[in-house]
Amino acid sequence: MAVHAEAHHGPPIANQSSRVDSSTLGMLLFIASEIMLFGSFFTAYFFVRVVSGATAWPPHPFHLPVFVAGVNTIILLTSSFTMHWSLQAIKRGNRAGMQAGLVLTVALGLTFLLTQMREYSRVGFAPHDGGFGSTFYGLTGLHGAHVFVGLTLLTFATVRAFRGHFTPESHRGVEIPGIYWHFVDVMWIVVYTTVYIL
Amino acid sequence: MINPLRSEAEAYRFLLLTVGYFAAIAIAALTLGKWAGLTMFALLTLAGLVYVTRGRRPELPRQAVASRRGRENERRILVIANETVGGGPLREEIRRRSEGYDEKVLVISPALNSPLRHWASDEDGARVQAQARLDTSLTRLREAGVDAKGEVGDAEPLQAMEDALRLFGADEIIISTHPEGRSHWLERGIVDSARERFAVPITHVVVDLEAEPEDVG
Repeated sequence: MAVHAEAHHGPPIANQSSRVDSSTLGMLLFIASEIMLFGSFFTAYFFVRVVSGATAWPPHPFHLPVFVAGVNTIILLTSSFTMHWSLQAIKRGNRAGMQAGLVLTVALGLTFLLTQMREYSRVGFAPHDGGFGSTFYGLTGLHGAHVFVGLTLLTFATVRAFRGHFTPESHRGVEIPGIYWHFVDVMWIVVYTTVYIL
Repeated sequence: MINPLRSEAEAYRFLLLTVGYFAAIAIAALTLGKWAGLTMFALLTLAGLVYVTRGRRPELPRQAVASRRGRENERRILVIANETVGGGPLREEIRRRSEGYDEKVLVISPALNSPLRHWASDEDGARVQAQARLDTSLTRLREAGVDAKGEVGDAEPLQAMEDALRLFGADEIIISTHPEGRSHWLERGIVDSARERFAVPITHVVVDLEAEPEDVG
């Protein structure tokens, strides 16, 4: 009976975990780095807010369109629901449901982005208008850039969905953008609550 | 520790929890004042941290074992052993288990590492040492007439077993440890955890190296 150790030359073979799929793990690491990025912007925002000594926030004469941003928040949350619906649909083999969910998600995300751009044009101050203006545009702009990236990923997923990709067993191309999209929504909840509400 | 972004469904649930979390803080702050909001923030954050750090996911469902790849009279045995990989009782158990079969034995030697080196991704030394233990063990198994091959596995023994099962399709697993009181694996309940997780028969073999120092290479 032959016995042999696996002969191997060179560096050790890369050890891949089977507990977490590599693409999911990649997305998790990416999101971890994103949390650190947003964390640095929030640190700047709270620093400005604390050291300004203003009794009211936002400081005079700034005014934020809380209601419009609130409607925009509802739009973004609805897009997360349609995203979730889309993935549940393909898991059940409902291709039309997945396609409808993705199209609606992209449409709602686009609406959010366009509304934010409209808000920028009418809000009445610019990034160079003091610390408040800088941190406001920095935080909301950083989030807007992430919405754009999310929309790009979702557009690819939508095109693939209409080209017959994805099955109940294989739908990672929808799952990963879905995780990212929910993460973007979570960050918006944090931004909206801290910047607009509190 | 619970990872809230492991899948889309869990990320969606996490989003809903985030909405509830911030809604409660905002309502408390706007209706009762900023100190109420701050208190709500502290309480909810504390509760969330406790849940995330202390909450445990239920064990993974019993893993489907890879379908048999060999002939009818073939017996595939996965052996997971660390410093006891060259122990006599383990060799005897493998021989006993494979008696009457055309045995295929895969020995996994986890690349045990210190926590500091693990976090620094410095595992080359650990893998070299694991490979040396493995080579010694395979030589002794050859002398005992057992058809075996071996691999260095993940430092986490459960992970090493799961990785090996996916490729090897074992009929049974043999876990070899030091005696009670000297075994980190037993202290951590590795054998019981493996029985919960894997749907293949698991045999636990105790190897007392102090009683047989000549067996260790």
